[in-house]
Amino acid sequence: MSILIDKNTRVMTQGITGKTGMFHTQTSRAYANGKACFVAGVNPKKAGEEFEGIPIFGTVKDAKARTGANVSVIYVPPPFAAAAIDEAVDADLDLVICITEGIPVRDMIRTKHRMKGKRTLLVGPNCPGVITPDEIKIGIMPGHIHKRGPIGVVSRSGTLTYEAVGQLTELGLGQSSCVGIGGDPVNGLKHIDVMKMFNEDPQTEAVIMVGEIGGSDEENAAQWVKKNMKKPVVGFIAGITAPPGKRMGHAGAIISGGKGTAQEKLAVMEACGIKVTRNPAEMGRTLKSVLR
Amino acid sequence: MKIHEYQGKEIFRKYGVATPRGYPAFSVDEAVDAAQKLGGKVWVVKAQIHAGGRGKGGGVKIAKSLDEVKKLSSQILGMQLKTHQTGPGGQKVRRLLIEEGADIKKELYVGMVVDRGTQKVVLMASSEGGMDIEEVAAKTPEKIHKVFVDPVQGLADADADEIALAIGIPQSSVAQGRAIFKALYKCFDETDASLVEVNPLITTGDGRVVALDSKINFDDNALFRHPDIVALRDLDEEDPLEIEASKYELNYISLDGNIACMVNGAGLAMATMDTIKLFGGAPANFLDVGGGATAERVTAAFKIMLSNRKVKAILVNIFGGIMKCDTIATGVVAAAREVKLSIPLVVRMKGTNEDLGKKILKDSGLPIISADNMADAAKKVVGAINKKAAKPAKKKVVAKKKAKNAKKVKKAKKAKKKK
Repeated sequence: MSILIDKNTRVMTQGITGKTGMFHTQTSRAYANGKACFVAGVNPKKAGEEFEGIPIFGTVKDAKARTGANVSVIYVPPPFAAAAIDEAVDADLDLVICITEGIPVRDMIRTKHRMKGKRTLLVGPNCPGVITPDEIKIGIMPGHIHKRGPIGVVSRSGTLTYEAVGQLTELGLGQSSCVGIGGDPVNGLKHIDVMKMFNEDPQTEAVIMVGEIGGSDEENAAQWVKKNMKKPVVGFIAGITAPPGKRMGHAGAIISGGKGTAQEKLAVMEACGIKVTRNPAEMGRTLKSVLR
Repeated sequence: MKIHEYQGKEIFRKYGVATPRGYPAFSVDEAVDAAQKLGGKVWVVKAQIHAGGRGKGGGVKIAKSLDEVKKLSSQILGMQLKTHQTGPGGQKVRRLLIEEGADIKKELYVGMVVDRGTQKVVLMASSEGGMDIEEVAAKTPEKIHKVFVDPVQGLADADADEIALAIGIPQSSVAQGRAIFKALYKCFDETDASLVEVNPLITTGDGRVVALDSKINFDDNALFRHPDIVALRDLDEEDPLEIEASKYELNYISLDGNIACMVNGAGLAMATMDTIKLFGGAPANFLDVGGGATAERVTAAFKIMLSNRKVKAILVNIFGGIMKCDTIATGVVAAAREVKLSIPLVVRMKGTNEDLGKKILKDSGLPIISADNMADAAKKVVGAINKKAAKPAKKKVVAKKKAKNAKKVKKAKKAKKKK
């Protein structure tokens, strides 16, 4: 088992004909069952064409009807990315993974509002994607650092997630699924949502939660963990040295009005029984220390 | 992106938000002209910098004659205005806003931001205007009233009225309050703002509701559809290094420490800064080189990091995914050569083509210190600085000088002989 995606997932790529979309469709396809999983592309201007054998459709709805794809990954440029999410939601897909960085917040507020009452889940935007090692990779993460196993990984960052995964793999600890929820302030699944899924997933035995300054997602997840989580959780928060009021790369990584500091998050996580480390080189070992 | 108060007020007026009449001034003469044009007997001379807390810092003064306008303007223009938001160095005042005086009856507060919890815009208002609103929120949270705005419907009349009454706008002025709140929300929405703040919003003796201040920040990701707002950018208010970095699509933020760092990815960059601190050092900057770093961009990054004179060592931390370690290594070697790097450089590389990257660094012949993991890298870079500081560097310099002098003497002797 795993969460969100597995070898039976069928994926369409929105923005398959752009430079980024092409490149990452190739690498995702080359990973594990990718060849069987990536079945369609979407571009309204190139319907009927194909990309390396993958048929391109004019709409998400068409791609779903013709190939049975139930998940979409989006590489559409920022001005049009929110509309691409809307289209996937309207087509009633199971899951949309939006990689695009730089979507205006106002667009995302409207998109999230439109998603109310719909069944489609959203991961991202501004995220590396989701991987279930040795089964399927949807996104821009380097596949080769992953290894199949019992650890769930959820993170707001890209390379910092790779860092955590790299450490786990080096210690011989494989991953059930790794979910990058993205660095934007208005986004889809939050830490708490992914945590709930890992809690229900029989393959997952422990979870590593990687967070950063800004907002209160990590605190919310920690409160839920305290009450409901059946498995050990460890955590790291980036940005202890970040100055207040400055946006640290990610649109959502900002301490505003004295809220959303790393210290505050770490304190809540510790109080909720999550073992935290302040040394990012120790994420893997910290996880190993809590395994039963 | 931030703009000045006077620019914010110009935007406010477009949306029908009442503000005092006023004109920007870039010189003392312009300030006096502005006051004459406004007429009346009382003027406010306001320093225009992007930081808040200008009044407390002495950047806002009332003038009761044109002579006083002249005197105060010449005092404020060019001053280093220090507020709790500028940092200890302060910010140089290059622009003024000359405004008509206002008959303040009551000072209120209204602000809007994106609330991450509800993923909606939240309007916050308070009867406690003119104060530090974060302090009000911390000490007397019951005095802050909130409405979460439906992104499709916009701010509802009933919600606007309720807020107006809650913060003490008199019944006779509620319609005006409603109009201002609705206009401010429209402004927030249509300009892709990330913050709109009026502190204070005032009621006047004759029952008007007026925005006495304006603060607007914009969502950088949405600037592509607002060229008119981009035109308001004032580069004098920004860190020159951050501006230079943005030309190369580098995400750079200056910090107070002496260990520069270059990292790929924002989260890993923050984590690297934290690790430096954890091992007793202090980061000099945040720098995310992004996913597609070329040798040219790495060189630009090195130059930017090194133009901070406090920097005593550099730490490069790369987790290669799409970006390959050998590409970065080639870039680092080229950059170190081009800038003739003379301070310690510690490089930690992991991921795609790691071995190849390490070999390139080793074969370069440059004194690059290689590290196995982030903690090791942080320890080594802190150690390198301490080692350098401990070395009796002065003696070396003296010795070199002596040698130089000796050469000079020799040359001089030779020259004499020739004569």
